[in-house]
Amino acid sequence: MSAAVLPLPPLDDQRISPRAYLAHIGALTRRNLMRIKADPESMFDAILMPIIFTVLFVYVFGGAVAGSQGHYIQYMVPGMLGQIGISLAMAVGTGLNSDFQTGVMDRFRTLPIGRASVLISKLISESCRSLLSLVILISFAMLLGLRIHTGPLQLLLALALAMAFGAGMVWVSMLLGMALKSPQAVQGIGFLIIMPLQFGSSTFAPTSTMPGWLQAFTKVNPLSALADSSRALINGGPVLHPALQVLAWSVGLTAVFAPLAVMKFKKRT
Amino acid sequence: MTKSAGSPSAVTVRGMAKYYGETRALDGVDLEVREGTVRGVLGPNGAGKTTLVRILSTLIRPDAGSATVAGWDVLQQPRQLRRAIGLTGQYASVDELLSGYENLYLIGRLLDLSAKGAKARALELLERFSLTEAARRPVKTYSGGMRRRLDLAASMIGQPRVLFLDEPTTGLDPRTRNEVWQEVQRMVSEGSTVLLTTQYMDEAEQLADDVTVVDRGRVIAEGSVEALKRQVGGQTLTVRPARPEQLDEMVRCLAGHGAVAARGELVLPVGDEEQLTALIGELGRRGFGVAGIETRLPSLEDVFLAVTGATAKDAPAQPAERNQQAEQDQSRMERV
Ligand SMILES: Nc1ncnc2c1ncn2[C@@H]1O[C@H](COP(=O)(O)OP(=O)(O)OP(=O)(O)O)[C@@H](O)[C@H]1O
Ligand SMILES: [Mg+2]
Repeated sequence: MSAAVLPLPPLDDQRISPRAYLAHIGALTRRNLMRIKADPESMFDAILMPIIFTVLFVYVFGGAVAGSQGHYIQYMVPGMLGQIGISLAMAVGTGLNSDFQTGVMDRFRTLPIGRASVLISKLISESCRSLLSLVILISFAMLLGLRIHTGPLQLLLALALAMAFGAGMVWVSMLLGMALKSPQAVQGIGFLIIMPLQFGSSTFAPTSTMPGWLQAFTKVNPLSALADSSRALINGGPVLHPALQVLAWSVGLTAVFAPLAVMKFKKRT
Repeated sequence: MTKSAGSPSAVTVRGMAKYYGETRALDGVDLEVREGTVRGVLGPNGAGKTTLVRILSTLIRPDAGSATVAGWDVLQQPRQLRRAIGLTGQYASVDELLSGYENLYLIGRLLDLSAKGAKARALELLERFSLTEAARRPVKTYSGGMRRRLDLAASMIGQPRVLFLDEPTTGLDPRTRNEVWQEVQRMVSEGSTVLLTTQYMDEAEQLADDVTVVDRGRVIAEGSVEALKRQVGGQTLTVRPARPEQLDEMVRCLAGHGAVAARGELVLPVGDEEQLTALIGELGRRGFGVAGIETRLPSLEDVFLAVTGATAKDAPAQPAERNQQAEQDQSRMERV
């Protein structure tokens, strides 16, 4: 066996080639997926949440809110795309925080890899989880009677919008996960952020009966825009305005929180 | 392992300081480690050892001072520096859910080894650290010692030029400890420089060319193991009488030289060779039968107590280790 020290090419500058960067992200994403394989229970939330929520909301509120379960499925399930996306996104920070507690992150931070690669790989594996969950939601809802009145392309667009917004929220969640001390704190704060967003929106009920101040909030709430655009993409109706709103939010959240999260990753402790 | 004093420096630390509120974790540390040598950093709990290692491996930023590792600046050139180092932190930093093999393979890939290269290197290191049998099991099923070994293997994947080991053998059984020591020595023979922190005197004696003693964020003593021991004092002479019942008489006879009885043996300090020769002659003239004579240098533990002085009582009592230490000192005594 070789006894030479430093078989690796010395790096003369701070930059990492795009190819190496991609390879690092690939290796780290593989790690994330292997962790899921080793701990299948970590998938329970992604698999069961869409099923349980759909059943609960459709049968508990369906009759009261929309007059019939069938009508309510068409109304609520598109909104659930965003609701599931954001719930899964907020859980990312909790996981990242526990990762930091174990010292694995210290190891990564002493390796000559791109600053963002650990977080990007997390975003990728979480997006896979989220996509699976959204597909389960739609499939299960179709079993309960959901009809796609438009077409497969529109359905895909609806999924893509939910994923894009989820990605923006993943960066927020990761920043929280690194900024707060314990996983419990991350979970608590995350909950406080998403609860008002989820219920102060058009996701579960039309906003027309809400008081004025709440209606004002629902109008700027991105989850309303997400619910409205998904509804239009599945049931038909004007899409452009709410969809652009969602896209603007997604891009904006990513543009602001991704660099902050990466900086926090670099500086932590 | 002798090194020329002129060999270039692998680690240079100047005026390093790190404060946590009122706590001065590091308070103006200077340090120089020559290439190809092993530096032991000794200190009690809270001395600042981990803080020093974390700064040198770019995990935290110092509040003042500068440092280079393998020629790279810790603040200005972190990425080049990271390529040149390996770190085994005080607490395990391996992925519990992945297998030992997958842990090492991942790090190989992150160090830009090819898939084939990363696989070969992972298997080689698993073999070296006797982990081949457990290679495919998730790390969460490993014992503490196995985890530690995997952690060490992980820090060696890139054949780093400078290896930082923060208390690498804490909590290991003697056999595993020896295995770790061997691997560290092997890394050094392959050209690496090692900076290791420890609270164990015998570990420093065993591995380190030079030792830096830190306490409360400051360097309080530095030098080769031998030099530090000499600083504390001369040698200790131990005489085992041929007939145990004569011990008291022997001690009385040499009481003027500071002789005492301990564990069935006569123990006394000797300043130099002439004094030693004279003492042995004296015993012979008086007709005492001698079954064994040994001299030893003071242990690093003695050194540590001497230089930390008043703070020594704050130093960790090293339970278990203390006895083990004494035994090892015994076994290392030189025959005269
Ligand atoms: N993140 C931190 N926040 C506050 N204080 C800290 C932090 N890290 C270290 N310290 C303090 O700095 C001092 C030095 O700590 P350090 O961990 O470097 O000691 P050490 O020599 O490694 O000790 P040990 O032998 O117990 O590992 C201690 O008083 C410790 O409490
Ligand atoms: Mg420490």
